Amino acid sequence: MFLLKQRSSLPGFHLALGYTVFYLSLIVLIPLSTLFIKSSSLDWKTFIDIVSAPRTLAAIRLSFSTAFVAASVNVFFGFMIAWVLARYRFPGKKIIDALIDFPFALPTAVAGIALTALYSPHGWVGRYLYSWGIESAYSPLGITLALIFIGLPFVVRTIEPVIQELDPELEEAAASLGAGRWQTFGRVLFPVLLPPLLTGFNLAFARGIAEYGSIIFIAGNMPGKTEIAPLLIITKLEQFDYTGATAIAVVMLTISFILLAITNFLQWWASKRIGIN
Amino acid sequence: MSQSRQEPTIIRRILITIALWYIGFFLVLPLMIVFASALHQGVGVYLSSLHDPMTLAAIRLTLLTAVVAVPLNLFFGIAASWAIVKFDFRGKNLLLTLIDLPLSVSPVISGLIYVLLFGAHGAWGPWLKAHGIQIIFTPAAIILTTLFVTFPLVARELIPMMKTLGNDEEEAAITLGAGGFKTFWYVTLPNIKWGLLYGVLLCNARAMGEFGAVSVVSGHIRGLTNTLPLHIEILYNEYQFTAAFAAASLLVFLALVTLVAKSLIELKFKAEQMPLLKGK
Repeated sequence: MFLLKQRSSLPGFHLALGYTVFYLSLIVLIPLSTLFIKSSSLDWKTFIDIVSAPRTLAAIRLSFSTAFVAASVNVFFGFMIAWVLARYRFPGKKIIDALIDFPFALPTAVAGIALTALYSPHGWVGRYLYSWGIESAYSPLGITLALIFIGLPFVVRTIEPVIQELDPELEEAAASLGAGRWQTFGRVLFPVLLPPLLTGFNLAFARGIAEYGSIIFIAGNMPGKTEIAPLLIITKLEQFDYTGATAIAVVMLTISFILLAITNFLQWWASKRIGIN
Repeated sequence: MSQSRQEPTIIRRILITIALWYIGFFLVLPLMIVFASALHQGVGVYLSSLHDPMTLAAIRLTLLTAVVAVPLNLFFGIAASWAIVKFDFRGKNLLLTLIDLPLSVSPVISGLIYVLLFGAHGAWGPWLKAHGIQIIFTPAAIILTTLFVTFPLVARELIPMMKTLGNDEEEAAITLGAGGFKTFWYVTLPNIKWGLLYGVLLCNARAMGEFGAVSVVSGHIRGLTNTLPLHIEILYNEYQFTAAFAAASLLVFLALVTLVAKSLIELKFKAEQMPLLKGK
């Protein structure tokens, strides 16, 4: 797998690489491979039966649709926030900028109970939403709100550095050629910003379909209605249905890996477009 | 900034207002409600709910997990970044992808794979049972899954940082007769210390805060296999809201410390690297 050829006068190559591969195998590769070994013992029909069961399909559909909506909302507002942070000066900007990473740093269980307290029928926000007939907790909307919280930093932190590094000449040239600000944005800036926007969407979406801790408190967890795919895996495990848990996990993991491949492709595309690495 | 790169003042004000409202609504409100709920019944109740023996046991297990997981992943991060940044070899991109893999795995699946490996019906379960070894539903399983979910966090901070620094200084040290370990200790380490520290902080925050993965393997045995996040879940589900939010406030505090440290480290690193990078 690795051609052990060093082009450097520094020592420690074999030791460092050897340990890296050893520890990687021990902690990540061997445990992860058990999932695929276990799933290969399933026959095709059992696998299809588990995955196409109405309860499984409902859970997967719910995970996907809520993650999609949350990522879309975050791309729109995250872009706006990244633009404001990269371009404008206003009081408290440093604090706001640091705060963007808050959902990264906050344990998901804490996020879960905090959001449930906010959006439940008697919560600070929930009491108003419920009085207008909007069920903001124990519903798909509640799951989406939790995923909006979790996903925001992925979008902002992907786009912000790209906006900061935009070549000023791009916009100046467009302006001097008579383009209005809106035209410059639509025709010149947006095409450059599209790959990182899609990357941000993809990262937030991938995180959304995998998320567990911040959702289970607010979701209500009704099978077929507000039960997300990761929760269904846990439910199956608790019933000692290892086969069922494995089948759903393989589907979710395969989707995650496809999304990872798309992210890598988008980053390659972006670097080609901007012409920097 | 020249006129051609600025939006009209009114547009700027509108954008800033929307951004602040969005952040206030989605980020600041959840932060505030944790402390408001924790202190809802006064400071006395807050402190006494933290003094509960089960909460203290959960804090101890959380600290133990971090104390074991963070140094192991720190050591790995240093080895991996040394191999990847300082040398050229085939398969490097594959290795980088594999290192990042745990970040793409759902927390629930991260726990599941350890159950499939060590559980009673798992791949090695019967062998372990025959030898009287129990891993699932013990602190050992919690530490193992934590190692998995925090695996890339130090390496990910170090690799890009060491890349921008280059090999020149180390090569000079080796040429002048310093040994490998000496070169690392006196040349590399001082240069990467801020990135290292940030990686450790991130790794630590995640190790102490992991919920989904740990929840699958823990078994939720009170006083034995409950970490602080798992304990919060139990308290919350028992409607002990004040106690749940009091415990949660500790983790919010940890998150805030991590964020402040991150901002300080970024400033520090920029200040130190400015002359270095300009000289190149």
